[in-house]
Amino acid sequence: MTEFKVQERPGEGVSILDLRGYLDAHTATDLENAFQRLLGAKKFNIVVNCRDLSYISSAGLGVFMAYIEDVRKNNGDIKLTNMTPKVYNVFDLLGFPILYEIYKDESEAISKFQNTTKH
Amino acid sequence: MSSASKTISKIVSSSTESLSDIREFVAGQARTHGFPEDEVANIVLAVDEACTNIIKHAYRFASDKQIEISVGRQGREFEVIISDDGRSFDPAALRNPDLKEHLTHYRRGGLGVYLMKKLMDTVEYQFQPGQRNHVRLVKFLPASPSR
Repeated sequence: MTEFKVQERPGEGVSILDLRGYLDAHTATDLENAFQRLLGAKKFNIVVNCRDLSYISSAGLGVFMAYIEDVRKNNGDIKLTNMTPKVYNVFDLLGFPILYEIYKDESEAISKFQNTTKH
Repeated sequence: MSSASKTISKIVSSSTESLSDIREFVAGQARTHGFPEDEVANIVLAVDEACTNIIKHAYRFASDKQIEISVGRQGREFEVIISDDGRSFDPAALRNPDLKEHLTHYRRGGLGVYLMKKLMDTVEYQFQPGQRNHVRLVKFLPASPSR
């Protein structure tokens, strides 16, 4: 049985999703539901912390692609942080760093949102 | 040293719930054949993508079917053959997507095939009407330190 957990945590002006475990075609729905909840609550400044994400397949990456357009239309963004080299490698192979902001640490992504909001 | 190893097979149900079992099985076999952990991860991901495609496209999420994963060595090749009895899909349609175009239009799907080709040395499909479908994934074995 695949173990995957997504938990929402409030930050300063942002919503943080903490991912844990294995994100594949079986568990991708859990992440979809989390994004749907955030968008339903009009929370568009989203930081996804991948520190405890052990594994991702293209089904998991597809979830980010499904929601990024709606989020950006609402002047928000999905910023990804704290990836292990193994997980980053998959994002990199699929060219995600071209279109998604990926930071080493969550605090960098949060301050990026705060700077954008101030302008 | 023989050029071929005994093939070991695992049969799982065609449910996304099986993916973790599949990954565990393939990782164990890849380690047994001497691959380092980064290569084990690549092989596991490629097999996950192939099986996910079978569940989605060949079986259209019907979870009462079977997928067979056979692993063995042929000479310098570590070979994973994944077989199913579902709908066959056109191999010509499995060409590499234009990644940038794909991403800028936020298209999901199709990325699994691209990943498989990036992660493995060979990806081959065998579709024949009335017969089982096969996907063959090959990774060259690491060079033996004794040679």
